[in-house]
Amino acid sequence: MASSASGPPIVSLRGIGKTFGNGTVAIDGLDLDVRGGEFVSLLGPSGCGKSTALRILAGLSEPSRGHVAWRVSHAPRDVGFVFQEPTLMPWATVFANVFLPLKLAGEDRAAAAPRIEATLARVGLADFAQAYPRELSGGMRMRVSIARALVTQPRVLLMDEPFAALDEITRFKLNDDLLALWRELRMTVVFVTHSVFESVYLSERIVVMSPRPGRIASELAVDTPVRDTQFRTSADYAAVCRRASEALAIAMAGERTPA
Amino acid sequence: MNEHARRLVLPLAVLALAVLAWDLVVRVNGLPPYILPGPGLVLSTLVADWPILWSSLLTTLEITFAALMLAAAGGIGLALLFNQSRLIEHSLYPYAVILQVTPVVAIAPLLLIYLPQPAAVLTCAWIVAFFPVLANTTLGLNSVDHNLADLFRLYGASRWQVLWELKLPAALPYMLGGLKIAGGLALIGAVVAEIAAGSAGAGSGLAYRIAESGYRLNIPRMFAALLLLSVAGIAIFALLSWLTHLALRRWHESAVTREG
Repeated sequence: MASSASGPPIVSLRGIGKTFGNGTVAIDGLDLDVRGGEFVSLLGPSGCGKSTALRILAGLSEPSRGHVAWRVSHAPRDVGFVFQEPTLMPWATVFANVFLPLKLAGEDRAAAAPRIEATLARVGLADFAQAYPRELSGGMRMRVSIARALVTQPRVLLMDEPFAALDEITRFKLNDDLLALWRELRMTVVFVTHSVFESVYLSERIVVMSPRPGRIASELAVDTPVRDTQFRTSADYAAVCRRASEALAIAMAGERTPA
Repeated sequence: MNEHARRLVLPLAVLALAVLAWDLVVRVNGLPPYILPGPGLVLSTLVADWPILWSSLLTTLEITFAALMLAAAGGIGLALLFNQSRLIEHSLYPYAVILQVTPVVAIAPLLLIYLPQPAAVLTCAWIVAFFPVLANTTLGLNSVDHNLADLFRLYGASRWQVLWELKLPAALPYMLGGLKIAGGLALIGAVVAEIAAGSAGAGSGLAYRIAESGYRLNIPRMFAALLLLSVAGIAIFALLSWLTHLALRRWHESAVTREG
């Protein structure tokens, strides 16, 4: 296991397997510990089951085998989920979209308003509360989606390739904003991505997955405390990216790297 | 001329030309009014017979709107029921289809035997109008974004919350599209039933006026009544389009005008 400054595991996946109705084995024998406060990425090619693993973690999908053990509360308000698409309600304003998790929990709109406004300000959308999703750019929509996930002040944020559909400039900006939020709010983030560069830039720990069936091939620690534009262009960053790429290549060749 | 003006002026120009040609044909051939009345005579008949025609128009509109309301309530209600229970959907949906594909002209005489005439006309109009609302609302309720549905599940939404906060708003554009079709169909259903009742009918709707005028060879009044029916159809369509626009203008692609 890679060393990390993070705490003990808050959730453990043990021997997780998922077989879909059509017989496809998406995941087999997956063991994963997510430690409190860490930023961990699941990195792998499409079809390696990383999104399925995240959905199982979120409780959106039942594992066919194995079990998920939470060591902290995972009530709806404690776990935030961000999809690959912004997944906003097009008929509702930005404010109403961010209010949704609180509304579903039975909270009063007026009482929740200050928290919603604060969350919108946190993602830089203070002036757009009354806008409709279609009036926003792709990056802004994703910010709304993140604000919606943050509004319940979750301990754990699960993100399923949230920035994959965005342009590079927007993605870099959101990467930095996400890191700032993570540090400020002291959440645990599980981030699914197929981008080596994104995973290295963001995470303390990278879990490399291999496809068919999906399982963990190797792990990589990224021990860099400061993540900024300098880090993105540093030799350190390039070196870790190369190691991650190699790990990914080995994983895709279907071999397990020695632990 | 800008796009907007052109879309108004061009059809009006076509109308003017057609009326002119119509008038010319009548004058040049010296056609008697019981073969083909000229546009002038139709208009003057419309004015002269206005008290009769106006009350007939009100009767027809009353039935049409009542049928449309019932179609909306029945179509949306049934779609919601189908959405909540597969068992009910599989049991009843085929009959909704059968009701729709059986020509209403063929059902009308039977209904007229078993029901008092106003009820029979209303039922006919309802039968043709409710299906598009049902079919479209069903499609809309099933078109909910899967990720949004997952999100509602993650946050522990109740069945009621999923229906009210997610499925109904998602289905709204489809529902309104169905209503727009149903508006025209309700008018057609009402007219068909009245025509089927024919001279035996005790009704006083516009279709009844057309049938009655036909028997009396009062052709100008037939045209005047037809004109009113057509205007009523246009008005219903315009009203429903306007309602659709009001409901969707802030968020739905269909109601948003793009710049540039």
